Amino acid sequence: MKAGKPENAPSLPKRRWIAGAGAALLLATTGCRPAKPAFASIDITGAGYARKVDEVDASGTPRRLADYGGRVVLVFFGFAQCPDVCPTALARQAQVMQLLASDADRVQVIFISVDPERDSDDILRAYTAGFDPRFTGWRFDLATTARLAREFKVFFSKVPLKDSALEYTIDHTALTFVFDVRGQIRLAVRHEQTPESVASDLKQLLDER
Amino acid sequence: MKHIVVALLVFFGASFSPSAQELKSGSLTLIDPWARATVTGQGSGAAYLTIRNDGGTDRIVSASAPVSNVVELHTHTVEGGVMRMRQVDAIDVTGGTTTQLKPGGLHIMLIGLKAPLKAGDSFPLTLRFEKAGEVKLDVKIRPVTSESHSHKK
Repeated sequence: MKAGKPENAPSLPKRRWIAGAGAALLLATTGCRPAKPAFASIDITGAGYARKVDEVDASGTPRRLADYGGRVVLVFFGFAQCPDVCPTALARQAQVMQLLASDADRVQVIFISVDPERDSDDILRAYTAGFDPRFTGWRFDLATTARLAREFKVFFSKVPLKDSALEYTIDHTALTFVFDVRGQIRLAVRHEQTPESVASDLKQLLDER
Repeated sequence: MKHIVVALLVFFGASFSPSAQELKSGSLTLIDPWARATVTGQGSGAAYLTIRNDGGTDRIVSASAPVSNVVELHTHTVEGGVMRMRQVDAIDVTGGTTTQLKPGGLHIMLIGLKAPLKAGDSFPLTLRFEKAGEVKLDVKIRPVTSESHSHKK
């Protein structure tokens, strides 16, 4: 406040008092608020993306995260022909379920295929069940898959491998997204995180009321 | 009681066995070749191992195994959380260093598996080195939920 103050502005001591009281009030309320939970995964609570899944799948069945209300839901984008990254992620998820024991009843793992052309419903069902029979795989048409990937800020791209018997691979974001029991997006689990760190984060979310 | 003690010792001995499978070929030591079991619907798998090279630089130029139609050499790069897998012509094994093939990194890719890889089984894998020539390994298949981050060692 550089220019001269208006005639009816509070006097300097009074303004200082108001500022002081305001600061004290802020401190008091901050101190009273429970400490923000600490997670091993990336905390994306309140993110304006990865908000939900509510689409009709490639077979005409509606698929909604909201159907799993009351559970912690994990979402991973991958493809069944992926020899390393996707099996590693799903294997870790399976280990997490084992670590959670009976708490695993309140967790749902969903695998969304970024390769719906090659991953048929039968392949997806067998694939996810191989890691844990409680896991589920979803596949959508290409346009819906692209829309979902955009919503989750997940990058995926089909890349031809000209000299490989594999013909093509799919570059993709290897994060696992975690929704809490109220269906809010909370965490992005990094690919390299251990099962123990993930189980610990999920326990925290499950303990929230 | 004695039987229980013996049984426990054998059990723990097996679990924490310090002698992971090692094979020497010239100046190369090939350690702990393993593959993750695959699930139905998974057409390809991957094998990993550690190679210690106490001699001059060499490279793996090809590989073959009876469990799949094709065996190729691949690696991953990570950029901003995006995993990209690419075929490589060779895997360098620099002299005087240890090269690790592991999940998320360099790996031997088994394309077109003739049957799912079953935990507990093993299969022969032949690696062809530019200088050392052919080395035949016995790859142990570990359970699907095998940790990619090894806490033992």
